[in-house]
Amino acid sequence: MRAETGLWIAQRASAAVLALCVLVHLLTIVYAVQGGLTAAEILGRTRGSWGWAAFYGVFVLAVAVHAPIGLRAVMRETLGWRGKSLEAAVAASGLCLAVLGWRAVAGLFA
Amino acid sequence: MAATTLDIALWRGDAAGGAFQRYRVPAAQRQTVLDVVTWVQRHVDSGLSYRFACRVGMCGTCAMTVNGKPRWTCRTLVDAAAKDGRLEIAPLANLPVVKDLACDMTAFFDKWRRAEGRFRPAPGLGGDFAVVPPESAARRQAEAGIECIGCAVCYSACDVAAWNSDYLGPAALNRAWTLHNDVRDGAGAARLKAVAGDAGCHSCHSHQSCREHCPKHLNPTASIAGLKRATAWAALKGEI
Repeated sequence: MRAETGLWIAQRASAAVLALCVLVHLLTIVYAVQGGLTAAEILGRTRGSWGWAAFYGVFVLAVAVHAPIGLRAVMRETLGWRGKSLEAAVAASGLCLAVLGWRAVAGLFA
Repeated sequence: MAATTLDIALWRGDAAGGAFQRYRVPAAQRQTVLDVVTWVQRHVDSGLSYRFACRVGMCGTCAMTVNGKPRWTCRTLVDAAAKDGRLEIAPLANLPVVKDLACDMTAFFDKWRRAEGRFRPAPGLGGDFAVVPPESAARRQAEAGIECIGCAVCYSACDVAAWNSDYLGPAALNRAWTLHNDVRDGAGAARLKAVAGDAGCHSCHSHQSCREHCPKHLNPTASIAGLKRATAWAALKGEI
């Protein structure tokens, strides 16, 4: 599989996942705010919930895949940055997003 | 009352640089932008360089940047392009200038070659006339993009071509898409590989400037989207 095609598929697939995740996330926020849930009450619902952990785990994964690919295109087009250093930098940014995001998910779950 | 003379700014220079020079050109009814440029060359400065051939919108030779937009000048009326009787005419963007209004089209057509933009007969073709049903899905896809005249207006309008000089560009990719849909063509995966490279179809951001400016009203963005889908399926099947 050609790398560019693979990245394109990954970005489009992650975009589809993100569209669903963002919608659910926004609805959840509206529900929590309108319902007047406190932080403690929210944590009470997310702690130990494999469902919420899986949802936000997938959300974070989609972000960690989607954002670096877009960032890669921006860097190439606006800065002319190319080559292995760019690939390493965007991979690191994806890893960073994944680690930080999953750390937050773990905080909701544990 | 219509202006009797036009205020024309023509870009004069070469690859090293240049500037706009002003000319007064008599206005005429149904005058084209190419007529204006030709008048300057014939009456004011025979050293003015520009390019044209057919004058009827077939050859794709006379494209220039007119008041900031890439256009085919032989089919662009002054009345449609001028602002208050003023025209600013420059060479096409995203291509090196040879002199004045003439660009070096080498890179543009090299990219057609890089995109496998030529017909490669399928094995066994030629025994008899190929039957291509006009209503077939593939033929309709090809039909939508086949009237390209290679004027480079789309290439000049393309933001991605401006940002990345390696980008194959809308015209070359549109050509590849029409050939991909030609049932007589045998390039198949080789062409998809050619357009799926580092600066190929996946670099397109779908800004649709190519579609906006194409004088033949083609939609290269749609062709490129078709190539994205075709390359994605080919990649998933392990063909490229």
